[in-house]
Amino acid sequence: MNDEAACVLFDSGHRACGGCAAAMAARLILDAAGKDTIVVSSTGCMEVFSTPYPETAWNVPWIHSLFENNSAVASGIVASLAKQGRKEKVIALGGDGATFDIGILCLSGAFERGHDFTYICYDNEAYMNTGIQRSGATPYDASTTTSPAGSCSSGNPRPKKDLPAILAAHGAPYVATTSIAYPPDLKKKVEKAVRTPGPCYIQIHAPCCTGWGFEGEKSIAIGKLAIETGLFVLYEMENGVVTKVKKVVRKPVEEYLIEQKRFRHLFKPRRNDAEIAKIQAIADRNAEKFGIDIKLKK
Amino acid sequence: MLEIMEGSHAVAEAVGYCRPQVIAAYPITPQTHIVEALADMAANCRIDAEYITVESEFSALSACLGASAAGSRVYSATTSQGLALMFEVCFNCAGMRLPVVMSIVNRALGAPLSIWNDQQDSISLRDSGWLQLYAEDNQEATDLHYLAYRVAEDHRILLPAFVCFDGFILSHTYEPVDMLTQEQVDGFLPPFRPYQKLDAADPISFGLFASPDYYMEFRYAIDQAMNRARTVIPEAGKVFSEMFGRDYSGLVEEYRLDDADCAIVAMGSICGTVKDAIDDMRNVGKKVGLLKLRAFRPFPVNEVQKALKGVSTVAVLDKNISLGSKGAVALEVRDALYGTQIPVYDFIIALGGRDVRKKDIAAVVAHAEAGKGDTYYGLREEVLK
Repeated sequence: MNDEAACVLFDSGHRACGGCAAAMAARLILDAAGKDTIVVSSTGCMEVFSTPYPETAWNVPWIHSLFENNSAVASGIVASLAKQGRKEKVIALGGDGATFDIGILCLSGAFERGHDFTYICYDNEAYMNTGIQRSGATPYDASTTTSPAGSCSSGNPRPKKDLPAILAAHGAPYVATTSIAYPPDLKKKVEKAVRTPGPCYIQIHAPCCTGWGFEGEKSIAIGKLAIETGLFVLYEMENGVVTKVKKVVRKPVEEYLIEQKRFRHLFKPRRNDAEIAKIQAIADRNAEKFGIDIKLKK
Repeated sequence: MLEIMEGSHAVAEAVGYCRPQVIAAYPITPQTHIVEALADMAANCRIDAEYITVESEFSALSACLGASAAGSRVYSATTSQGLALMFEVCFNCAGMRLPVVMSIVNRALGAPLSIWNDQQDSISLRDSGWLQLYAEDNQEATDLHYLAYRVAEDHRILLPAFVCFDGFILSHTYEPVDMLTQEQVDGFLPPFRPYQKLDAADPISFGLFASPDYYMEFRYAIDQAMNRARTVIPEAGKVFSEMFGRDYSGLVEEYRLDDADCAIVAMGSICGTVKDAIDDMRNVGKKVGLLKLRAFRPFPVNEVQKALKGVSTVAVLDKNISLGSKGAVALEVRDALYGTQIPVYDFIIALGGRDVRKKDIAAVVAHAEAGKGDTYYGLREEVLK
């Protein structure tokens, strides 16, 4: 395409579900990062829906190797570019399974070595490509196909792993969380990450209509509710210190939970007040830890 | 000029002369001396390479994959468990047609843990799409690296390559090596010219997923490249021999095979012992010869058929075992000789570093000539009890 302004770096025609937040994330990421970007994708939904041979949605150089090695592949690319004196930015992209679980060895190694790249996790809180299995990013009580709610289970028994803190502890100069529901915030943070020398990490909360159980047109609304209830916090950490937090007038977690089939067991066949209270307590702890509450004047 | 060098250091020197731009490697015995030597060369600006100290072999090869796709000549080295950890990435490099060159310092696979030599590690990757070359001595181990880069990066091939040489037996042994100069290597090995690369000026996608409508054709294309390597390796070997006098123009090498009744087939350092044993047997009138396999992938079917045409017995020495079947080399040799009446006897030998002496080779020949084989040689019965 000759007209740069008209060039969509992540193109239409891919096979994502209607309302897929990961697809929206890909487009916003490249809008922010620009055409001089090499993308390394891990195996997962985004890789599969965007590159069925002989087609590709990517109008930037793009490579997929394996599920768990995008950080290591990115390390090699960064080294190669440095040797060639090339200036392209390198972004490694992975879902939460690739990032939190199977790829954490490569991720940790690449961050410890200090390669100049940005790792972006699109966090839809389970293994969606293989059919909604729990990951280390799945929230407490979410029902997935490997943490199903049942007569003696209320879904996923563990809270979400705090990966941003783990990567900040590696000495990453810039770590941020953002959400597909806040596109300007997302783009601003991606721009900052790719500008910042050294390994940077961005975690994008990306609601999955298929995996979480809601209609595709609600992806943005659900994403907003995650932030507004305090169950997902938008913040930036620079050199290990939280420097910016999105404040909200908090809503009860119930408003978020009740919209999604993965939490349906907390309301049907009968309401489970004890479990809902535990999830509210997670939001309350987040609010206290990050100071997200806007106090309304009476 | 001949220099007395440790195998690992000779290989590291040779690799340095190949001008790799990105090196990623992880320490593991008995490979470590190579990457230590390269790190030292990088630290003293004797090589102009980015040296990535990865956190695992899995990441070593993954980083090489990325750097190769971005347009750099890359190098790694590993062995045994490290190669096993790379399994997934090995298939990926070949599938993506990235000409990574990697030294495999052959070592047994656990359990039980063994740091000593056999060839189970590289043999177990025989189906991964990598070229596999095996060296008999340290001279050949160094020279095969120049050859491997030239062949792997040839646009008719574009496949990754293992240069295999036996752990400790070669890697830690001092031998005289005729080391080429930088100018000589530059004359043989042109700079890396990637067929395609990750480049913002010309964006392409690498590593797409293929539906059943496309997958088989990709596999076929790799296999076709392997077939072309049957002529491209000897072609490069011939150029090498014309330039430097050492002949690598064959995928196989014969030793006193012309009039032999019994042929031994082997790969790697054991060939040296076999040659000495053959000389002894020849001195007492036994017509024994050696067919040494330099390439295992691609497997030199025609060369094996031609070389073994006139013999009456074949004894294959396998430093590996495909458990539940036979040694991998014997299976290939038997396949190559299918339809002939030549009996092929398999001997599983020297697993986990068990020493092989000239008298063992003579014993193997005696077994084969008596029509016995398809067995482990040198089992300690008292341990089995």
